[in-house]
Amino acid sequence: MFQRLPDADDAARRTGIRFTLDGLPAQGFAGDTVAAALLALGRDTCRQTAISGSPRGPYCMMGVCFDCLVVIDGVGNRQGCLVRLREGMVVETQAGKREVGR
Amino acid sequence: MVETYDVAVLGGGLVGTAIGLGLAGQGLRTAILDEGDVAHRASRGNFALVWVQSKGMGMPRYSSWTRESVRLWPDYAASLREESGIDVSLHQPGGFTLALSEGELERRAANMARLNAQPGFEHLDYEVWDRSQLRQVFPEIGPEVAGAIFCRLDGHVNSLRLFRAQHVVFARRGGAYLPNFQVQEISRLPGGGFRILSGERCIEAGQVVLAAGIGNARLAPMVGLDAPVRPLRGQALVTEKVAPFLSHPIVTLRQTDEGGVMMGDSQEEAGFDEATGLGILGAMADRAARMFPKLGQVNIVRTWSALRVMTKDGFPIYQHSEAAPGAFLTTCHSGVTLAAAHALAVAPMIAGEGLTDALDAFHPRRFHVPAAS
Ligand SMILES: Cc1cc2nc3c(=O)[nH]c(=O)nc-3n(C[C@H](O)[C@H](O)[C@H](O)COP(=O)(O)OP(=O)(O)OC[C@H]3O[C@@H](n4cnc5c(N)ncnc54)[C@H](O)[C@@H]3O)c2cc1C
Ligand code: FES
Repeated sequence: MFQRLPDADDAARRTGIRFTLDGLPAQGFAGDTVAAALLALGRDTCRQTAISGSPRGPYCMMGVCFDCLVVIDGVGNRQGCLVRLREGMVVETQAGKREVGR
Repeated sequence: MVETYDVAVLGGGLVGTAIGLGLAGQGLRTAILDEGDVAHRASRGNFALVWVQSKGMGMPRYSSWTRESVRLWPDYAASLREESGIDVSLHQPGGFTLALSEGELERRAANMARLNAQPGFEHLDYEVWDRSQLRQVFPEIGPEVAGAIFCRLDGHVNSLRLFRAQHVVFARRGGAYLPNFQVQEISRLPGGGFRILSGERCIEAGQVVLAAGIGNARLAPMVGLDAPVRPLRGQALVTEKVAPFLSHPIVTLRQTDEGGVMMGDSQEEAGFDEATGLGILGAMADRAARMFPKLGQVNIVRTWSALRVMTKDGFPIYQHSEAAPGAFLTTCHSGVTLAAAHALAVAPMIAGEGLTDALDAFHPRRFHVPAAS
């Protein structure tokens, strides 16, 4: 389980960011990437692989492993660790293969 | 003691392994001698079509030979699955060539008519589809797509799994795969048979089959064979895996069984240069996105190039050496399509009485017809 550092966890000093995760309201903080926000919320899997469907979650946090793929604002297979969380973002689990045009 | 075999197959690409597993299946003690990982291998970079529609202009026999292989393919895929446990994912739903303008459609239709009108050409069923017909199969085509050529015989496989399956079946049938064995010299033994050398290493075999792709050009003259083959570069791209959206293969565009969409494949005279370049890759991606605009949003994850094994006329060569009986040459530029024929038809000929008249059209004597002045 990931935890925010005590400093970073001081909600009073950070701007909260509201977004939706698989249709439910969720919250992160300004400066989070999508992947970091998911991990801090205890969501350590964010996608199922394209062939076997096994669960995966953010791993390298620097854009090389492609295990942090999520659907962001309707666009599939986006690397959550490379996208900054924004107010009102719609984030969804990447369930297997991306659909063309989505 | 020198290792000895009934047959040595030189080259462990798609052609060599198909022939090799066929020979091992005939009960022959078979070795495949293969160059190291530095080798130029079309077998790892191809487009994986099992394809008929456009083939045989200038040699009707090539079309019927291709069709024989396509007919053998379902049984071949089933036997590979049974013996190796690997599903090569053969699908033969028919295939298309898309035209991006009325003019292109007319040109392609005229080419198909000319192909069929050749004397001695076994009639090939194909259809010219207009845009509205095509939209029933591919609802997502772009506005420029005018129509297509459709041929029911066409299909595709997963060619990397095919390559793997052929190696596994060859081993299961008792074949010996000798990697890092770059053949440098083949010589005839006084009592019949051949000695094959690579540096310090040496084996002997009663028969030898050259299946070394581009490498055949250098090896063939050692045993009285003739392999004027040259590299012809092809580049290809593949996208991230996406949910199924292409039900049928298109000659330059196909969705693999695992979801990646492949776009290809160029034909470039570039010697042994295996570079890729944005110019050609971009043009191919652009054409694909004009066929299916939604593809424009999908991410490309890999690009590559590989060298085709090309003869002057583009047709295969099958030859039994007259100067050195027992030495055979097998080479072609559609080693995926012809894999079934190589394993199930050519290998039994080599194991038996030699190449039959069925392969006569593919003898390299055709390259030596004096040019009319
Ligand atoms: C871009 C591209 C797309 C293609 N698309 C299709 C397609 O859609 N459908 C289709 O049917 N075909 C297609 N092909 C063609 C197909 O891939 C080839 O016909 C096939 O792979 C050729 O197999 P091969 O075994 O003859 O040659 P290669 O794969 O080149 O293998 C030759 C082998 O010989 C070995 N060798 C060479 N020299 C020596 C030596 N001196 N000693 C020992 N070993 C040696 C090498 O190590 C290598 O393993 C395509 C090819 C390319 C490049
Ligand atoms: S976590 Fe590795 S690419 Fe995003």
